[in-house]
Amino acid sequence: MSRGVLAIAVLAVLVPCTVTWAIERFPPPDFESGYEMPPTQAPDARPGVWQYLDVAVLLAALSVAAWLVHRLRSRRGVFLLMLFCLAYFGFWRKGCVCPIGAIGNIAWAAGDPNYVVPIAAVLFFALPLVFALFFGRVFCAAVCPFGAIQDLVLVRPIMIPTWLEAALRLGAYVYLSAAVLLAFTGSMLLICRYDPFVPIFRLGGSFNIFVLGAAFLVVGLFIGRPYCRFLCPYGVILRALSRLSRHRVTITPDECIRCRLCEDSCPFGAIEPPTAEWSEADYKVDKRRLALLLLAAPVLVGVLAWGGAALAGPLSRTHRQVRLADEVFLFDAGKITEITDPIKAFRRTGRLTEDLYAEARAIQNEFRWGGALAGGFVGLVAAGSLVGLSIRWRRNDYTAHAGGCLACARCFAYCPRHHVHKGHAAPAHAIAPDRFILANAQGAAPEGTRP
Amino acid sequence: MTDEPPKMDRRRFCGQSVWGLCLAGIGGLSGYLLGRTRQPETRWQIDPTKCIACGNCATYCVLEPSAVKCVQAYKICAYCDFCPGFLEPGARLDTGAENELCPTGAITRHFVEEPYFEYNILDELCIGCGKCVKGCEAFGNASLFLQVHHDRCVNCNECAIAAACPSDAFVRVPVDRPYLLKGVEEHA
Repeated sequence: MSRGVLAIAVLAVLVPCTVTWAIERFPPPDFESGYEMPPTQAPDARPGVWQYLDVAVLLAALSVAAWLVHRLRSRRGVFLLMLFCLAYFGFWRKGCVCPIGAIGNIAWAAGDPNYVVPIAAVLFFALPLVFALFFGRVFCAAVCPFGAIQDLVLVRPIMIPTWLEAALRLGAYVYLSAAVLLAFTGSMLLICRYDPFVPIFRLGGSFNIFVLGAAFLVVGLFIGRPYCRFLCPYGVILRALSRLSRHRVTITPDECIRCRLCEDSCPFGAIEPPTAEWSEADYKVDKRRLALLLLAAPVLVGVLAWGGAALAGPLSRTHRQVRLADEVFLFDAGKITEITDPIKAFRRTGRLTEDLYAEARAIQNEFRWGGALAGGFVGLVAAGSLVGLSIRWRRNDYTAHAGGCLACARCFAYCPRHHVHKGHAAPAHAIAPDRFILANAQGAAPEGTRP
Repeated sequence: MTDEPPKMDRRRFCGQSVWGLCLAGIGGLSGYLLGRTRQPETRWQIDPTKCIACGNCATYCVLEPSAVKCVQAYKICAYCDFCPGFLEPGARLDTGAENELCPTGAITRHFVEEPYFEYNILDELCIGCGKCVKGCEAFGNASLFLQVHHDRCVNCNECAIAAACPSDAFVRVPVDRPYLLKGVEEHA
């Protein structure tokens, strides 16, 4: 009996000690042979100043790109700069830091006041946007390594109808709002985690993501830059700002002679042809449709906002604390019997379960209103693009769409005026259909072009 | 055409206002964030007090092999003859591969003086699986622990191991002190 009590007493003393015993169970030895302990391995990190080199290279590349596109109007120059940036930002810097992923850092910083945003991430986020306000999407054209790797594989571009392009582009807005929501709540950096090209730049990493990147490249053989046009969340911001840009990319250096030669030159569907005249009857139909769309827009926004809020449950599972609270709850309720690593680690911290539940509930709340906002934003964009598609814009010349144009400079060489301007003889393909050019220049075709 | 110009002017004025607002917005946001960023740049590191040596570090890193490796805090190590981080529990006391805990043979054992042995990690072999860490923590002084080696780590924006870490042990540390080494502060 007394021995049993003693054993229990000893155990009662020993069990709490196990934690403190984790370190220094045995005393470190006193050496007599003059043995010197080696230092613990701690290889040096890449020093922090290197990030300023990255920013300097970005700034220089953006400036050169703007000069190449707007002043020199040289596709070859843009292409060479693109190769350099692919090598530097892609394969040398391994695709990190990049402006696309920096969206996540900015949103994370907005949601978490203790988070330290790397200076490079802030500048990488801001510089291409500022350049877009002045020179359009020169970042997409020649600096972005993701754009570059897709641009390289584009061999046989297919045209996509405008409505399909607008519909697919909604994917980018969904991706952007989801990424901002998940980063703002401190759940994850969605853009970085599912970055399709980083495994190619690193020649390693997740196999699934590698396959995703390869799939984008295979699609990119025929559809120009699928990631940039239909998924890139940064491209969406650049697109909006580029519409306001001071210096727009123009196909012709001086005047459009409506020769149609550039019509099929853009693999990204960003060249808009001159519009036809439309009849009074068409106009009435359009007016009615526009009114209907404007009435439907608030409904669309409302429905998507509700949908976003309804997704709060599954979306909040991306947050570590919500997942942990879930697991702990299921374990305590006896629904799962095997103790998992996260539960073990949570028990070790000694935190109260109630605290964890309260935190998880607060996060879920954040997801509810954040999801509604994100859904509403997507609805607004969808309504806006429907309205944009149904309005008949008036254009007299072939123009590059201010938002959609990636400033890749491909179309320049197709324009006969470009060659006149440059002072060299126009290439054979631009001179050959002589009568055709003349006819078009006089407004005979394309049909309905305003003279 | 005479009534056109004022209309165009208003449009242009609106356009330019939005343009200016956007520029001011970008400038303001980055200025605010840069002003907030007083601390130095950060790197990923493992907090050894939180790490439970689950083994995720060996498999989730984007690098092959992982940038996480085991390190030895010599000042804590007991220089055991029978090292529980080096040998399988109950194994024979020799360096035969069948007795060693490390799957890649990355731990070497050197005689120092009776009865002490020094254990070193060969970085080029270590895969960061944490098997030795578990053994040392269970039966020894817990002088073996996992750290992100910054000569290999590419400092991903979202560390893939951090995302998979069950115990929230991955933390961002300032770049000028990028290691959380056990026993260095206390014994230095």
